[in-house]
Amino acid sequence: MLNVIKAEIRKLRRPTLFFGTIGSALFFTGLITSFIYLMIDSPQGNGDRGRTIGRDVLGLASGSVNGFASVGNFLGIIALCVFSAQTAQEYTYGTLRNLLVRQPGRMNILIGKLISMKLFALVMITIAAIVSIAISYFLAPGAKVNTSLWFTSDGYHAIFNTYLNVTISVVAFGIIGMILGLLLRSPISSISLGVLWLLIVENLLIAVKSSFQNWLPGAQLSAIASGGTLDLTYKHALTLGGAYVAIGALIASVLFVRRDVAN
Amino acid sequence: MQNTAISVSDLSKRYENRLAVSHINFQVPQGIVCGFVGPNGSGKTTTMRMLLGLITPTTGQGHILGEPIEHPEKYLSRVGAMIEGPAFYPALSGYENLMVLAKLGGFPIERVQQLLEKVGLGDRGKSKFKTYSLGMKQRLGIAAALLPDPKLLMLDEPTNGLDPEGIQEIRSLLRALANDGTTVFVSSHLLSELEIISDYIVMLRKGEIVFAGPIGDLMARQQPTIIAKSLATTDLDRIVEIAKNAGHHAVIRDEAVHILAEKDWAPVLNKAAFEAGITLAQLAPQLPNLEETFFEMTGDK
Repeated sequence: MLNVIKAEIRKLRRPTLFFGTIGSALFFTGLITSFIYLMIDSPQGNGDRGRTIGRDVLGLASGSVNGFASVGNFLGIIALCVFSAQTAQEYTYGTLRNLLVRQPGRMNILIGKLISMKLFALVMITIAAIVSIAISYFLAPGAKVNTSLWFTSDGYHAIFNTYLNVTISVVAFGIIGMILGLLLRSPISSISLGVLWLLIVENLLIAVKSSFQNWLPGAQLSAIASGGTLDLTYKHALTLGGAYVAIGALIASVLFVRRDVAN
Repeated sequence: MQNTAISVSDLSKRYENRLAVSHINFQVPQGIVCGFVGPNGSGKTTTMRMLLGLITPTTGQGHILGEPIEHPEKYLSRVGAMIEGPAFYPALSGYENLMVLAKLGGFPIERVQQLLEKVGLGDRGKSKFKTYSLGMKQRLGIAAALLPDPKLLMLDEPTNGLDPEGIQEIRSLLRALANDGTTVFVSSHLLSELEIISDYIVMLRKGEIVFAGPIGDLMARQQPTIIAKSLATTDLDRIVEIAKNAGHHAVIRDEAVHILAEKDWAPVLNKAAFEAGITLAQLAPQLPNLEETFFEMTGDK
C-alpha cells in the first residue's frame, strides 16, 4: 500500500499538474473571497446566486472563513477533475497493465491512489484556506468589517470546522471523479460528465423544482462545505452525500477488481 | 512443474461470441528463450494477459514459476513483462516513469539508471516519454520489464519499431538473459526474427496451438526442399514432371519449382534436366525456415 502511495505521489508532484491545480484553486479562492468584500454594498449581492453576505455575518467569529466556505464547491470541482483524470488516464495510456503487473492487488492500487490524491487535495485545500483567510483579513478593513471575533477561540473553532467540512466535501467530489474515471475509462468523458452534471444539470433541475436540491448529490456536497444551508441541514447533506459516495465507490471498486484489463 | 516456467492446460478465453484462445496446452522449460509465434489476432496477447492475471480465463488452468495464475501476487514479483507495446505517462521522463514502477514494486531505485544505460537510454532518461521515438519507447518498455530482475521475462513484440542495430542489441540482450538463467517468453508475428533467437517455439493460430516444443524438433519434422529455376519459364512444368516421375512432390511457386526432396537428389535432377534439354538457371537445396514451416503446418499459403 505504501509503495502505491509513493508511486502515485511521484505522478502527482509533476510541476504542470501540481502548479496548474494549485493555481486554479488560488484563482477561484482569490476571486470569490475578494468578491465578498469588494461587492459588499452591491445591489446584485456578494454571495452565491445573488445572496448578500452582510457586515454583521462577516463580523461573526466564523467571518474569516466565509470566503473559504464559498469556494469549497469550486475546490470540489477541481478535485473531481484531478481525481477523474488521474484514474481514467491509466486506461487511456494503457499504464494500468503496468501497475497491475507490478502490484496485482487491485484494491491496493485503488486505495493507494485514493490516499495519495486525498493528500494532494489536502495540500490544495490548506493553501486555499490560508490564502482565503489572508485575503479576508486584508480586505475586511476596507469593507468596514469588524474582525475582532475572528481570532478568538470561537473563531479558531469556526476555522477548524469549516476546514473539516470543506475537506469532506472536496474529497467526496474527488471520489465521485474517481468513480466516473473508473466507470467511463476516459478522462475527457468522465470530467465532462461530472462537470456538466454538477454545474449545469443540477442547477437546471433545482431551478425547475427547488425541492430537487434535497436529493441531488452535488447539492449535498456543496451544503457539506458550507456546514449546511438554510434549505439543507448539515446532517441531511452528510448522510445523503455519504450514501451516494459509498454506493458509487462500492460499484466502481467491484467493477475495477473484477473487470478484465484488455487495453 | 518444478523445471517449468510456464505451464497451461485447457486455457481458453471467450469474448461474447468470439473464442480468442481455444483450450490451449503447452509448457515452457526454465532458462530458455521461447518464441511465441502466430499471426496478428491469433491470441498471443490474450494468452499473455491471462498469464499475467490481467484477464480471467474462461476455462483452464495455468502455472507461472510453479504458482497458479489465479494468484498473480505469488509470482509477479519475479516476472517482468511488456504487453502490447510500451505504455507510459507521456508527461513524465523515461527516468520518472521507471521510478514510478520501481516505487510501486519496491525495487532498488539504483536499478533505474542502470537499466536505462543497459537499454541505451542513459543519456535520454531525463527527456519526456512523449518526445521518444518508437524504438526508444520500446527500449524503455524493456527496461521496465527488467526492473524486478526477473526469473521470467514476457515480452510482446519487443522489436517493433527498432532499427536493425536495435534489433541486434535486443537479440543479444535476450540471449544473455537466458544464458544467466532467465526464461524469456517472447512473442512476435515476425517468424524470421524468432527463428534466430529461440530455443523453443509455441505456435498459435486462430487461438489454437499448432506446435509447442524445441525449435529443432519442429524443423526436423519438415522435409528439405530443392528449388529449381529454368532459363525458360515454359520448362517449369517439365521439371515438375521429372520430379513427380521420380516420386517427389513438386509445385510451381514464384517462377520456381519447389520439390520436396533431400539435397542428394539435386545432382540427379540436374542430370535429368540436361538430358531433357532443359537449362537450369538455379538449383539449390533449401532447409525450410520457420516462416515456411508455419505456413506449411497451418496450410495458410
